[in-house]
Amino acid sequence: MNLALLLLSSNRLVHLSGVDIVIIIFYFALVLGIGFYLKEQANTGEDFFMAGREMTAWVAGLAFLSANLGSLELMGWAGNSYKYGILAAHWYWIGAIPSMLFLALVMMPFYYVCKTHSVPGYLKLRFGKGAQGISSISFAFMTVLMSGINMYAMAVVMKVVLGWNIHFSIIVSSLTVAAYVALGGLRSAIFNEVLQFFLIWAGALLIPILGLIEAGGWSGLQAKILQNLTELNVPNPGSYTHLWSTLGHFSANPMGINWAGIVFGLGAVIAMGYWTTDFLVVQRVLSAKDLRSAELAPIIGAAFKMMVPLIVILPGLLGLALLRDPQTGGLIRLVPANLAWSDAGQAQGLHGYDEVLPLMLARYCGPGLLGLGITALIAGFMSGMAGNVSAFTTVLVYDIYGTLINKEASDDTKVKLGRRWTVWGVLISIGTAYLAARAPSIMDYVQALFSFFIAPLFGTVLLGMLWKRATPAGGWSGLLAGTLSSIGMYTWVKLDSNAVRYVALSMDAQDQAQNMFRALWCCLICVIVTVVVSLLTQPKPDSELKDVVYGLTPIPKVEHVSMFHRPIFWGVVVAIVFVILQIIFW
Amino acid sequence: MKSGSHLSIWFFTGLCLGVVGALIFATGIYEIMNPPANKVVLYDLHANVWWGAILLVSGLFFGIHFSPANERKRMAGKS
Repeated sequence: MNLALLLLSSNRLVHLSGVDIVIIIFYFALVLGIGFYLKEQANTGEDFFMAGREMTAWVAGLAFLSANLGSLELMGWAGNSYKYGILAAHWYWIGAIPSMLFLALVMMPFYYVCKTHSVPGYLKLRFGKGAQGISSISFAFMTVLMSGINMYAMAVVMKVVLGWNIHFSIIVSSLTVAAYVALGGLRSAIFNEVLQFFLIWAGALLIPILGLIEAGGWSGLQAKILQNLTELNVPNPGSYTHLWSTLGHFSANPMGINWAGIVFGLGAVIAMGYWTTDFLVVQRVLSAKDLRSAELAPIIGAAFKMMVPLIVILPGLLGLALLRDPQTGGLIRLVPANLAWSDAGQAQGLHGYDEVLPLMLARYCGPGLLGLGITALIAGFMSGMAGNVSAFTTVLVYDIYGTLINKEASDDTKVKLGRRWTVWGVLISIGTAYLAARAPSIMDYVQALFSFFIAPLFGTVLLGMLWKRATPAGGWSGLLAGTLSSIGMYTWVKLDSNAVRYVALSMDAQDQAQNMFRALWCCLICVIVTVVVSLLTQPKPDSELKDVVYGLTPIPKVEHVSMFHRPIFWGVVVAIVFVILQIIFW
Repeated sequence: MKSGSHLSIWFFTGLCLGVVGALIFATGIYEIMNPPANKVVLYDLHANVWWGAILLVSGLFFGIHFSPANERKRMAGKS
């Protein structure tokens, strides 16, 4: 992208009024005020890094969900639903709900009982410092890099949507995040994530409500999409509103994927890896006040996650059905971001897929509502960045500094380091934001790098929790083999595009489909190598595996609690609703 | 989340929704009296009036129910 052109461009999707600006300023003042208010409650390591482990199930659950509900996620998946149709909802349903329930009911007891501060911390207890080292260093590196790239993406969006200066957006948002996280630690980040959750729903829910009124309900929306895509000669126009019925063959749907890729690649590996081992989200649940709250938190998160397609996927579909040029009345066809934001694209007034949510916001929201919508987007960006920075700081202080550099560090030293490294984390993020500005394609590579570590990590953690025969050598070598095989497959496809037919089983496979299959294979390789090496090496004695492995961990029983307060009851309810949704949108 | 004399996250949520809701509701009423030249799609539904009112009422509920005074009463009741 040409930065100079963006800075000089006067094109913008929306114009804010005075009341919109007041709402945005009020939000910034409120989050800073919360940071200052919470400073006095962040005096110990447990306070600063784990929010005192006193969060209720509702707060931990909403923060768990919000840490993933950044604006890049909202706008990106709204854009994906415009591009791929309702298939994008798989990332919110089968790509989230089963894994959240699995985290709550199977894995959380182990995380919670062993009192670890982080996922790499669990790996240290289970497999030793080797697995912890590779996991913590890669996580810290990738987290701070993603934070900066997200920040740059936010600044670009604010430029395109509002015409704001890129440097202004980066500096104001990063300084605000640095202030409230350094002051209040994880508690401050969680408070703002809960606030962001409500802002996002308040700001985005009007779009599907008004959109469905305009389209004539769900059946009217389906008919309009079919009519528009037929008019544009798009292949398989009927497949854009069906969730499963078009997944029999790679070429029958716009994503170029089949049911096996969705079920096994997305549902069983990528989603399981992300929702159960990515410390960014798991950290929120670890802050719960007791085990029952820690188990309920992901279930509450899952219940709300099932509803997110209403404010993300539906606006993308409404864009397919309703967006027309106000002058000519012709259909507006959104294009890939690199084309829309290129010099030529800007000159022609093209819009990228990711702009569908702001376009729909501008369509229905006048003064005040527009300010709320933009505030929700800003809150999402800042909350996502705060989540990255707080997780980065915890892993850096506990798993790198406290384990590899100074094992005797006092609690007070850790808190001081936490505050200092929060500021450094933000400063490094600003650096990576400008790195991304110079090389826009870096974001694609970093997202790929991120996936290299998550899918095999799930195999390692799962075997570590459920199979006591897994050895430190097995865990370490499996994690390494899985990661290297994922990098190898990615490089193979980059060097030879024909390799897609082997990696993703079809030449029709688009980027998302390739990610699914690559994750599936590298997780399987991780599991196979871990099992083989473990069987050839000496296992740890049972006494060293207490509280970290199934069968050797006494799980506290939930007694004297009614059925309605039991995690398993609500887990079953969420699972039933999940199945019903799949059938309705089949 | 709340402990001892600390303000609850729900109180801050109520404050945020209440203030934003009041601003949107007031803007909606102003727009009815002074219709804008460039109207959004479905302007006639006056979404900012009823949506602002919903947010304002939600904010008042959270703000009052989890206000410091009510929190103190609850804590006193427990002890």
